[in-house]
Amino acid sequence: MSDLVHHESSTTRPTPAPIPHALRRADIDPKAARRAERQVAIMFALSALFTVLFVIAFVAIDPSVEIGLPVIGTTSALNVSMGLTFGLAIFLIGTGAIHWAKKLMPDVEVVEERHEFASSAEDVAAASETFKVGAAESGVMSRPLIRRTLLGAMALFPIPLIVTLRDLGPDPATSKFHTMWRSGMRLHTDVSNQPIRAADIPVGNLINAIPDGLEEVEHEEGNLNERAKSVVVVVRIDPADIRSQQGGTAEEPWDYNGILAFSKVCTHVGCPISLYEQRTHHLLCPCHQSTFDLADGGKVVFGPAARPMPQLAITVDSEGYLVAQGDFTVPIGPSFWELS
Amino acid sequence: MSTTISNPALRWVDERFGAAKGVKTALNKVFPDHWSFMLGEIALYSFIILLLSGVYLTLFFVPSMTEVVYNGSFVPLKGVKMSEAYASSLDISFDVRGGLLMRQVHHWAALFFVGAMSVHMLRIFFTGAFRKPREVNWVIGTVLLLLGIVEGFLGYSLPDDLLSGTGLRISEGLILATPVIGTWASSLLFGGGFPGTDFIPRIFTIHILLIPGIILALVTVHMLLVVFHKHTQFPGPGRTNRNVVGYPLMPVYMAKAGGFFFIVFGITVLLGGLVTINPVWMFGPYVPNAVSAGSQPDWYMGFLDGAVRIMPALEYTIFNHTLSLSLIVPAMILPGIMVTLMALYPWIEAWASGDKREHHLLDRPRNAPTRTALGVMALTFYGILWISAGNDLIAITFGLSFNAITWTLRFALFIVPALAFWVTKRICLSLQRRDRDLLLHGRESGNIMRLPHGEFIEIHTPVDEAVRAKLLAKEDITPVLMPPTEDANGVALPRAGRQRLQAKVSAWFYGDNVPKPTEAELAEAEAHFAHLTDGQHHDHKEISSH
Repeated sequence: MSDLVHHESSTTRPTPAPIPHALRRADIDPKAARRAERQVAIMFALSALFTVLFVIAFVAIDPSVEIGLPVIGTTSALNVSMGLTFGLAIFLIGTGAIHWAKKLMPDVEVVEERHEFASSAEDVAAASETFKVGAAESGVMSRPLIRRTLLGAMALFPIPLIVTLRDLGPDPATSKFHTMWRSGMRLHTDVSNQPIRAADIPVGNLINAIPDGLEEVEHEEGNLNERAKSVVVVVRIDPADIRSQQGGTAEEPWDYNGILAFSKVCTHVGCPISLYEQRTHHLLCPCHQSTFDLADGGKVVFGPAARPMPQLAITVDSEGYLVAQGDFTVPIGPSFWELS
Repeated sequence: MSTTISNPALRWVDERFGAAKGVKTALNKVFPDHWSFMLGEIALYSFIILLLSGVYLTLFFVPSMTEVVYNGSFVPLKGVKMSEAYASSLDISFDVRGGLLMRQVHHWAALFFVGAMSVHMLRIFFTGAFRKPREVNWVIGTVLLLLGIVEGFLGYSLPDDLLSGTGLRISEGLILATPVIGTWASSLLFGGGFPGTDFIPRIFTIHILLIPGIILALVTVHMLLVVFHKHTQFPGPGRTNRNVVGYPLMPVYMAKAGGFFFIVFGITVLLGGLVTINPVWMFGPYVPNAVSAGSQPDWYMGFLDGAVRIMPALEYTIFNHTLSLSLIVPAMILPGIMVTLMALYPWIEAWASGDKREHHLLDRPRNAPTRTALGVMALTFYGILWISAGNDLIAITFGLSFNAITWTLRFALFIVPALAFWVTKRICLSLQRRDRDLLLHGRESGNIMRLPHGEFIEIHTPVDEAVRAKLLAKEDITPVLMPPTEDANGVALPRAGRQRLQAKVSAWFYGDNVPKPTEAELAEAEAHFAHLTDGQHHDHKEISSH
């Protein structure tokens, strides 16, 4: 009680007692009360009507019919009808109940006293005594051997629950360090799965490419996983504009006549990058706007990514189609603990 | 006693459960009335709607990543390879009558659930309803908000369309960035590489069983504690710290709260029928090499996405291991600090005030200026992170430099909240002065009076009882006194450092409070008003001088 008393005494003056109350129309005018009663009943009756209409709509309206509505646009007639009828059926029960409460039920506020939360001194003493007696009888304090072994056992027993999670997935081991790209593997267009002839790529163009053979990898064998790792973008930049590359020598360059291939997977959190500005050779990630300069070794020029976009060394085969010189030399995609 | 129950069914129940006693207490329970008390109700009702619509959706949704060729009613995707999860989402949207309605009701309700919880927490914060004895319920509320956000994100990921896959890809990147365990955690969660073929059934179980179960349990405890503690109330006539003034559960509150459930439910269903949300058929199935520009997460994920966007690139190699601070700082450390400060705030403020009393009367935000200013500061910080999630949209919409916007936001994140703190605090203190003025000098009546020597004054009348009760309920907290560092004999006191820190924080919190008028000042003011009504205007100077 002490806390509450303390609080009250700290208030400069007691709060005035009377709770204001004004009579409503329905309290004094029987006509108004009957009107309110009618309004409530109409809402409940309309609700019932809308439920019936819902069932009719469900049965009668063809699900494939579309209607155009102002503001909302073209939408399924069945869905709109069901939403309207069911929504109103529910909504009107709510408005009816609240109207009833506001107009016709007593609106006199009542006072409830609060109780003390803290236990009485006797209860505290009794509880503490019971606990102490019980603890003494159990011998938990007087027999440290039992206590310590119990604590040890309790600390260890959840371990199997964690260990059994082990087979949720394989050891990531080195899987993050390589993709399916191999030396001589052709680059295919992502959409039509056709090999790409170097001569067909104009300067300024960007092509999404996948490894030859990716489409044949079965879904169950991880087609999507390979796709997530091996997708590249191919761009052709005027060789005079290329300031640097991630590898290659003058004799064996990583590009082919200004055609460069980079991973499409952002080194920030792994979104596939899709926006290429051909004038600046910047590649912009749509997720967090990391910007990479493809003419300058895929370096980050802005945004939260920390590592350059990995470059895939390419060349052409005897038929003039683009092929990879090998796998990426660095892991693609977002950073991870074992990366460096 | 049970023989007095004439209805045999009720007697049966009472003889087995002694229900009458509990029912009597429950039906007499008093609930104070205020519009802001409905915010928590909206959250609760949205959760019930989520459970109802969610059960319906589980009957039709197939949580499987097995590849199928779509052959449903939606023509543009006919013949396209996709997961069973996505195919069944399309079936729910196009081939199950009422399926689209339920899906959209579920999504709208999820947005309302997180939104209502957030605004409800703001109400609790700004009115001080988290103070003793309700601190634990505040923490439960914080956990519920977090669970709601995670649950929303998982639900959004289930349809396996292009948008949901992009969200998952980002979360995979975040998991990978976790020091030490990241790579393993990602492999275990996705059953190998990303995206794998396991995560949909896994997150389905978490989404429909694990998290809803925990939310349900916590909501139950949350509600029981509200019943046990009884509701807080705003100050007003007849309302004290020791009572609750309001309507009894039976009948008024039951009709109002029950009716309100139907209103929230009704509006959600109307929205589900009329306003398209998350059209999963728009972007097609998830393939990891495609993404759509300008894709936005649901609103409650925005702050996290914004933080990740404006974080400058920062990555270190330490002992041959990669530490991607670009992600660790905005996506782990920052939200960790935000949530910890939020959960601990009741104890921080109690420590600053040195106040160990129970509080059942709510504060008007102006009467706790530092708390209110801190709240607005936090809200501004959150708001800037949230805006940052749309930095690309801002750049495109207004034709501005994307880099300039990002740099502006980086600075704004630290400057604007500080400004917001200062401005809010000044506004609160000004409002406190106005309240003090109203008590001492009354309100301007609009009646101008000319005095014998020619001066014009405006007559002030005392504020009415309801306003007076509200203003007088202000609590002045005296800052904790700065303790001496050593006792009378010159011996250093052991805990002086901590106590002095407490005193400093306390002075910062409460030092510039505008005190409520004292008894004497109020009595003097009353005397003035009494003179006025007597027609004697001796002290008109003072009455008009402000």
